[in-house]
Formats: sequence, structure tokens, C-alpha cells
Amino acid sequence: MHELAASGLRLDLNVFDYLILALYFLTVLGIGFAARAAIHTSADFFLSGRSMPAWVTGLAFISANLGAIEILGMAANGAQYGLMTLHYYWVGAVPAMVFLGIVMMPFYYGSKVRSVPEFLRRRFNNGTHLFNGISFAVAQVLIAGVNLFALALILEALLGWPLWLSIILGAAIVLVYITLGGLSSAIYNEVLQFFVILAGLIPITIIGLVKVGGIGGLFEKVRQTPLGEAGLHTWSNTASTDNPLGANWIGIIFGLGFVLSFGYWTTNFAEVQRALSAKNMSAARRTPIIGAFPKLVIPAVTVIPGLIALVTVKGLGAETGDLQYNYAIPQLMRDLLPNGVLGVAVTGLMASFMAGMAANVSGFNTVFTYDIWQSYIRKDRDDAYYLRVGRIATIGGILIGIGTAFIAAGFNNIMNYIQALFSLFNAPLFATFIVGMFWKRMSAWAGFWSLVLGFLASLTLYILHLSKVLKFHSDLDESFWGAGAAFVVAVIVAIIVTQFTPPKPENELRGLVYGLGGTTTSGEVIMAGDRVWWRNPVLLGVIALVLAVLLYIPVW
Amino acid sequence: MANETEAGRRRAARLFDVRLVIGGLFVVYGIIVTVIGLFDSTAEVKKAQGVHINLWMGLAMLVFGLLVLLWLRLSPPDALPEPADETDTKPSDEPD
Repeated sequence: MHELAASGLRLDLNVFDYLILALYFLTVLGIGFAARAAIHTSADFFLSGRSMPAWVTGLAFISANLGAIEILGMAANGAQYGLMTLHYYWVGAVPAMVFLGIVMMPFYYGSKVRSVPEFLRRRFNNGTHLFNGISFAVAQVLIAGVNLFALALILEALLGWPLWLSIILGAAIVLVYITLGGLSSAIYNEVLQFFVILAGLIPITIIGLVKVGGIGGLFEKVRQTPLGEAGLHTWSNTASTDNPLGANWIGIIFGLGFVLSFGYWTTNFAEVQRALSAKNMSAARRTPIIGAFPKLVIPAVTVIPGLIALVTVKGLGAETGDLQYNYAIPQLMRDLLPNGVLGVAVTGLMASFMAGMAANVSGFNTVFTYDIWQSYIRKDRDDAYYLRVGRIATIGGILIGIGTAFIAAGFNNIMNYIQALFSLFNAPLFATFIVGMFWKRMSAWAGFWSLVLGFLASLTLYILHLSKVLKFHSDLDESFWGAGAAFVVAVIVAIIVTQFTPPKPENELRGLVYGLGGTTTSGEVIMAGDRVWWRNPVLLGVIALVLAVLLYIPVW
Repeated sequence: MANETEAGRRRAARLFDVRLVIGGLFVVYGIIVTVIGLFDSTAEVKKAQGVHINLWMGLAMLVFGLLVLLWLRLSPPDALPEPADETDTKPSDEPD
């Protein structure tokens, strides 16, 4: 009992909770060993042999995003900003996921590229390819490090495990199952993680709601808090910035809903890779759309617990210590869960850390092997060679991730660190993509320069922010402006450079640009597998969008 | 195209079905948590605001696990009908 004094968040796990946790680790490793038997070629390792059914890739797609930072962060935002946090789901994710499935996936999947950088090489040139390949690889190991560090922090607070032990253990498990089973192993584990994470979050929500007297009681109690009535609305105060999020509707729709959201969901290879492993075009297009349906309702187990914590945990919202908003869910776990479901919840939390990290690592090893090593360093070796490189890259990526965990330790708010990385890498990439996909005249070098200068624009703002030359309201404010600047600069540069450089011949762009159908984007191929109406990606996508709008009505 | 689909199916057949793992783990979790729930002390039920959460979650996980196994049983991966045709499902939002 004396350990309880060490941290106010310490959970009292018993032998059954540890049994549940241990069974989970064994299962995860077992998947790795079993998946290994199915790996004979590099395509098996990096793309699961393009054999996955849509429900599997769809759940993996959402699970790759459902890392613990996301879960803890969204509960924290729920406590801090109230229901406006829902914008991160219904405006900030679902439309982009539907757009990816309906509009962009025919180009990605149909062109048979193995990665997002490879698409850039075919659409533009080697320079664009190499720049994006390297920046993606760097970003992935940095983010993997963030996941590891966050995992270690939370385990130290909850279980009293020392930081180094959690970092090594988390890294070792992910290392084993990805090195053995590659993407299949990552995807299978993600699907499993999806259910375990939910099984951990649902009891928190149920008991929490019982405690506060249901949704009605919760809302009534939120009105008594400093957040007040404004915390129970999503749009009604957005004509000005006088609302908890401090953003008006233009910022929400164009900033969050367009630049940030489309940049993340449509060009982030760690996500897109899940769809590329699908077994046919229809399954690939449905992947992000199937993921959109859980995304619609996940706030019920993240944002709602955030609000429950706001009204039940006294003093929540401190700058440091156990009462930071980030610990909203751990606080509820400690207060409400008896042993048994507590073990499931801790397992779900660990599962979500590993889901996030595994997505980074499996994206990294593919891009490193195909887009850097095979393209520029050792060409024309046999397939077994690249399979070996992929496994070594996995090990290397995780070792570097352990190193970058200590970079993340230097940031006091890891969510803002991640946002900074996204504004640096994803925003210019999305601009280059969207122009290149819809404007066939855009030249190869326009792609390169828009990507590089967009990145530099965001980097410049970031450095000016760090050196305090420019003043922003907050780190988050900076990353929003950084993303916006990167987007605008990338689009302008694309247009200007295109005027002075020759276009790519049309026959090289078939299947890559809107309006230039190739053999792979003809209607017949796209519609293959769509013959039953309920598998039609367009119909499913429209249903997801309509639901997103309808869900807003009660919380207007 | 036919060859590719064929190759894809063979690869899929080599790989075990993920439903087996999900169903299996949830059945085991369901049993463990249900049994814990049967022996929950009043203090633990009180902590959970009077909800027998271990019992309910345990049974829910058990049922969910069994349903997944049943689904696997009813449409095993090697008995899939035509190429490019999988046993699909509406996305499941909750495990129970």
C-alpha cells in the first residue's frame, strides 16, 4: 500500500488483471509467429499480398488512428472544450475518409503503387519521390518515439513501472510481431486491438454515466462547471471565436475539416497502406469508408468520459501533475473500475499504444525498403533480398524510435509536438497531391518545388515560433498557421513553376490524374466487386456523411 | 486478372483467419471476467456505482466472442463463393 503514495494515479491491479494483460501479449506475439508462415515474398510482408477483406482493412484503418495519444487526447479535449471536440470526428475525419475512399483510392490502388511516395514518383519525378520518402520515414520514427514515450509515461503513472522498462517492453513486442509477420501481423493485431480498446473504454463510459445520472444528469452537471452551457454545443457559438475552442466556423470547416484533416487522412501512408493491402479495388475503396462508421461513434467512449471526468474529478485541469486533462481517462479508471474490467481497460490502453506505434513502424519499413533502399541504393536484387531488408529496417526503425522517445521527452505537450510534425510534413504534401491529381498540366518539377517550399514555409514559421520572433497564441495555434502557410505556398508554387516547365506526357499520367482514365481506373474495374448495392463505396460514403450531419442535430 | 485474384486467394488461404483470434481471445476474456464478476465483493460493486460491471462485461465479451466464432463457422475462409466476394459485414461499432 505504501506505493499508493508515490502517485495518485496508481491502480491497484491484482493477479487477474495481470493475467488478462499477459494473455493479450501472448496473443499478439502468437499472431506474429502465425503470420510469419504466410510470408514468402516482399509483397506478402509489405502489402499482405493484397489479400485482405474490406472489413479487416477498414477496422485496421481506424485502429491505426486509434492510438492511445488520440484516445487520451480526445478525452482531454472533451474535458477542456466540451462537445466542440466532436468536430475532430465529424468534420475533421469522416469527410476526408469518405473522400479518400470515393475519389482518391481509384488512383492509389488502381496504379498498383506500393506506397504514397511511389505514387509521387509516377505522377512527378524522382526528386519529389526521394524528398517525400525521406521526410515520411523521418516523421514516422519520430512519431513512433512519441508513442513509446507516452506509453512509458502512462505506465509509470498507473502501474509504477519505470520508464525504461515500458519503453523496452513496448518496443520489443512491436518489434517481434512486425519483424515476423509484417503488415499482415500489424493489420490483424490492429483489428484485435480495435475490439480490446472498445472493451476497455465501454465500462468506463457505462459506470461513469450511471454515476452522473445518465446523459441528462451529465449535461446538467456540465452546466454547473466553468465550461458551462457552451461546452454542450458544437456550432451555435461559432459565428465568432467566443466559444471553448476559440475558433469560428470558417476555421473549423476549412482549417480543421479541410487542410488538417484531408492532409492527414488522404496522404498519410501509415493509413493509406491499410487500404493498399485490400484484395480488390472495391475493398480498397471501402476501407476508409468502413473505418468512418466506427469513427462516428468513438466519441461516445472518449469525449463523453472526458466530460464525466470534468464533473466527477475534483480539480481536473491542472497545468501539471495527476490532474492534467490528459489523465481524464486514467482518473476514471482508478475511481470507477473494479479488478477484472480494470485489467481489460489497462490492456486496451496498452493495445492502443502498440496500434499507433505498429502503424508507424510498418509504414516506415515499407517506404524505407521500396522507396529508399530499392530505388536509390541497391536496385535489381532478388525479392528475398528486399524481404530481408524490410525486416532489418523494422529493427532499425524501432531502435531509432527508442532514441526519438527521448526527443519527445523534451516537449511538455506531446500532442502539440505531433501537431507540429503534421503541419511540417502533411500539409504541403496534401497540397501537392490535390493539385497534381486534378490538374494534369502540373509539371514534374512543380511537384518537387511545391513540396519542398511548402515544407520550408511551415518550417520557417515553426522556427520563428520557437525563437519567439513571431508570437502565436499557443503551440497549437502555430501548427494551424504552419499548416495553412504550407498549403498556400505549395499551391502557389505548383502553379508558378508549372508555367515555366514542360508538362508530363499524357500517356505517362494515365490512371494517375483525374480525367485521364487508364486501364485501371475504367468504370468496369472500379465497379468490380460492387455488384451488391450494400458494397457500393459511393452509397456507403454518402450514408456516413449523412450520419455525420444528423449526429450534430441534438448537440447543435 | 483471374490469375491475380487466384493468387490473392491462395495467399489469403495461407494466412489464418483473424476471426479465430478475435473470437478466441474474447471467449477467454469473457470467461475470466464473468467468473471474477460472480465473486465480486460488495466493495467492488459499490466502486462501480452498484453496477455488476464484471458480470455484464464478461457476459458481453463472451457472447461477442462466440458470435465471431459462429460467423467464422458459417462462412469459413476457404469456402468463399466467387472470387472477389468476401463475407462482408456492416461495420461493427461495439463489441457486444
